[in-house]
Amino acid sequence: MTPTRPAADGLSVLDRPNSYIGKTVPRPNLDRLLQGRGQYVSDLELPRMAHVVFLRSPYAHARIAAIDADGARRMPGVIAVVTGRELEAVITPWVGVLAHLKGLKSAPQSAIAIDRVCWQGEAIAAVVATSRAIAEDAMEQIAVDYEELEAVTDMRTALDPTTPVIHGSLGDNLAFERTHNAGDVDRAFFESDTVVEAEFVFGRHTGVTLEPRAVVADWNAAEARLTIYQGTQAPHMVQNIAALHLGLKEAQVRVVCKDVGGSFGIKVHIYADEMATYALSKLLRRPVKFVADRVESFNTDIHARDHRCKGRIAVKRDGTITAFEIDDLTGIGPYSMYPRTSAIEANQVVNLVGGPYVTQNYRARTRVVFQNKNVMCQYRAVGHPIACSVTEGLVDLAAAKIGMDPAEIRRRNLIADDAYPCASPSGMRFERLSHHASLAKLLQMMNYDALRAEQAASRVRNIHRGIGVASFIEVTNPSAAFYGVGGAKISSQDGVAVRLDAQGSVICQTSITEQGQGSESLTAQIVGSVLGVSMERVRVILGDTDNTPYGGGTWASRGAGIGGEAALQAAKVLRGNILDVAAAILQSKPAELDIVSDSIVNTSDGAQRIELSELARIVYFRPDTLPPGIQPELMATRHFVPRQYPFAFTNGVQASWLEVDTQTGFVKLLKHWVVEDCGTIINPQLVDEQIRGGVVQGLGAALFEKCIYDERGQLTNANMADYLVPMSGEMPDIEIGHVVTPTLETELGAKGAGEAGTAGAAAAVANAVNDALRPFGAIITEIPLTPQVILTALGRI
Amino acid sequence: MKAAAFAYARATSVVNALELLAVHGDKAKVLSGGQSLMPAMNLRLLSPDVVIDICDLAELRGIVVKGNVLVIGALTRHVDLQRSADVATYAPLLRDAIVHVAHPAIRNRGTIGGSLAHADPASELPACMVTLDATIVVRGPGGERRIAATEFFKGIYETALSPDELLVAVELPIAPAGSTCFFQEFARRHGDYAIVGLAAQAVVKDGTFANLRLGFFAVGDRPLLAAVAGKLIDVFVTPASLAEAAAALVEELDPHEDQQGSPAMRRHLAKVLLLRCVAALLARPELDTGAAG
Repeated sequence: MTPTRPAADGLSVLDRPNSYIGKTVPRPNLDRLLQGRGQYVSDLELPRMAHVVFLRSPYAHARIAAIDADGARRMPGVIAVVTGRELEAVITPWVGVLAHLKGLKSAPQSAIAIDRVCWQGEAIAAVVATSRAIAEDAMEQIAVDYEELEAVTDMRTALDPTTPVIHGSLGDNLAFERTHNAGDVDRAFFESDTVVEAEFVFGRHTGVTLEPRAVVADWNAAEARLTIYQGTQAPHMVQNIAALHLGLKEAQVRVVCKDVGGSFGIKVHIYADEMATYALSKLLRRPVKFVADRVESFNTDIHARDHRCKGRIAVKRDGTITAFEIDDLTGIGPYSMYPRTSAIEANQVVNLVGGPYVTQNYRARTRVVFQNKNVMCQYRAVGHPIACSVTEGLVDLAAAKIGMDPAEIRRRNLIADDAYPCASPSGMRFERLSHHASLAKLLQMMNYDALRAEQAASRVRNIHRGIGVASFIEVTNPSAAFYGVGGAKISSQDGVAVRLDAQGSVICQTSITEQGQGSESLTAQIVGSVLGVSMERVRVILGDTDNTPYGGGTWASRGAGIGGEAALQAAKVLRGNILDVAAAILQSKPAELDIVSDSIVNTSDGAQRIELSELARIVYFRPDTLPPGIQPELMATRHFVPRQYPFAFTNGVQASWLEVDTQTGFVKLLKHWVVEDCGTIINPQLVDEQIRGGVVQGLGAALFEKCIYDERGQLTNANMADYLVPMSGEMPDIEIGHVVTPTLETELGAKGAGEAGTAGAAAAVANAVNDALRPFGAIITEIPLTPQVILTALGRI
Repeated sequence: MKAAAFAYARATSVVNALELLAVHGDKAKVLSGGQSLMPAMNLRLLSPDVVIDICDLAELRGIVVKGNVLVIGALTRHVDLQRSADVATYAPLLRDAIVHVAHPAIRNRGTIGGSLAHADPASELPACMVTLDATIVVRGPGGERRIAATEFFKGIYETALSPDELLVAVELPIAPAGSTCFFQEFARRHGDYAIVGLAAQAVVKDGTFANLRLGFFAVGDRPLLAAVAGKLIDVFVTPASLAEAAAALVEELDPHEDQQGSPAMRRHLAKVLLLRCVAALLARPELDTGAAG
């Protein structure tokens, strides 16, 4: 690791003896998961629990003329068949808009479609039965009379006057448009030496979680309370939304989220079928379980990234980039998702293009259109892969045009490491980034010059290898600026409660959630370090709105930075409280005492004075022996939200080294490097594996993943054989390095790390493929880079 | 994704399996490794009334050499082919091909008989059978039928097997002395079905092909024993004659369009495979000039 800042004088609250910060320690939840004792909603069984399956539209756009479910209703084991019209009495529709996304519009969406379906896969009826298999049998007996309507599928023609308007009340198919103009773009282009432009095309893809979306809703009429067990990233958000649309108080809804089998942003939204499941439980007064099957997952889990973005870059002969300009278009399906909306990704693209670079001349437009396909929304690294691929693709094309090395053009244009604080032309404020330190470290790790030599030597032997570099910035630790200011009841603050129990063990309740990234571990590491107790003594509770403080959850790379800081502050308070009591017991002063390895020790000589378990025994069972006036508080709660910066930006750079078989169009990934700067690193292994996992998802986008729709709006590869997720056999070794620039907004100094890998991986690969193909004069600005695409670009087919 | 209800019968012998098939005919499906059948049933693409499980039929399992023939029981699992010394010695093409069949978990369960009876035109084993001039042995109410592999595959998921018959074994002529083989396929990911593949076996004498069989797969509705091989036998192969053969190959193919590739791409990749194959079998790397492009 390369710290960019000298260590502060003296020990911080984290630089303590036996600190767990910066150490790879095993995750406390590993044994539980490895021994099959995870608590996944898919496995949950409750007494009288019924199973729901949804009859889904085979058409992308159709009027529902009639539904005949009499036969299905009569089948043994069937509890109910419920249509949208019937469910409407229990749950109200919603509109996925936010006030700060000016002009964003969408139409009311119902839990189950009423009268009309707007994408292939939208639910039109719920079949509730005693088992999923029976429900599926019954579903086959439902006859639906559809009148097929013309489907709007191509985003490029969605706004044409001749294209049908999906929601007549909205007037057109434009959901959102944003333009941005900074600096003097026209002049910059006019005065530049070279202008390069290209259209970048991104395939629609999706998250493919190992455990599909799963929910068990249990309405207890006696308590007038709904318990929702759900694999979600944001339990309090689910509580708020469920209550709002079921006509309940939030106090009447409890959301429990234990283990989640993968999420990646897929499970941070509220889906219509989940809303229907809540409502069905209320309607039928019994627990109802919904687990999406794989086909449903492909057809209804949010998709992402379907963008076509025209980009232009202006450069001087000396490599100075003088302007960026983009015109982005994306199609989001028939509704803006709820409650986070489907305009965020396009908005992010506008925010992030050109972000690593000095130039202040930037013009952007993005348009978000409706279409009759599955809904699109936020998925890991929202908008970043688009912005990064466009920016870095343009930078490489410009470098090639003026004959400059791709590393050199970046050196000449990345924002200097001592130029902070500063802001991007889109208004993003940067506290402190480390583009140059990161690039230098990357080039050294990959041995850039030697690799270039190897590339040249290979070309002589008709082996075509390429190097691609991509710098990036990443939004992490979002403040209320992300959702709260737009009116969404999505908390940007998190809370942690820490208490010392009678035997000196620590219970820690946090509002962040765990989907496998290590929230539980990092919380225990921070609490253990700050308190001076061993991690084995720290038990972390998360994922339960009844039993954790109120908070946002885990998304947008916020768990460590925000939830971690709340944990640090809560542990600090508890530590002070413990030392107050210890001083009273030991007739000492708090400042003369410390907690190290589960014991109170003298600050001066480290001598052990009293074990924490003994202190707890006195506090809980012999308070009569404490001096008068002492009321120990062995529980402390703190909350945290970033206020100085709307987002804690991180930065990094990735590189790909690959080989293109120019006869077959196949790409072999040889190696991948990432250098990133997430500030303080709490657990190096967790950070590195998060980045590797993110890179793999980016590589999937680059080479494999795409939801393929036909012109009638049919998703034609909704299965694991035809939708190609990246697999280990095709993955290269991924080497990771760090530069460490802690944020000064928190004592912890941690920024987010969960999405950095995904942000830049595809851009690095695309640049590497074009680098490999340079002798052939072929330029490809489309992903996934399939053999068909590459062979076509090479003119071989 | 739950299969529709079905009856289940575990056959106790081949005779018993044939009795069950005689009763249920095309309303029944035979379960061996289940690697294609079970997903299809869970997706409700198939809803047989009866599943006849033949997994207990030890008489259908095993690899033996009988004279000039390698006999492989229909229930022999892919993993057993992969590990068999007899397969490596007498049918090395099969050994090379088998590691391209899906993934270890699937190879642990999938069987050769199941793969051949399923007849996916993009799968490896049917092409190997055609290349190796295998005989497919089936048993039915009227007794045993022996069908040449070249006659067995009739189309996508279609074979010469009738609903009341059971595929019991395959017989492969032992690879002649001095023969060599070549197996390669283009798949997007390890273990995926091929976009185009080639299973070839040859006898090379004095730098020319004394025999050459080219079994292409995923280029049509069934594995294709390419006639163009004839142009390369008993002649000294030159870049020009190879290019001519490649051009002729394209005429033989009737590839389909799918999400992995257009017909044009499949034709192109088949030509690339032909060049790579001939160059490798003749040990003349210069023949793989990239002229296919």
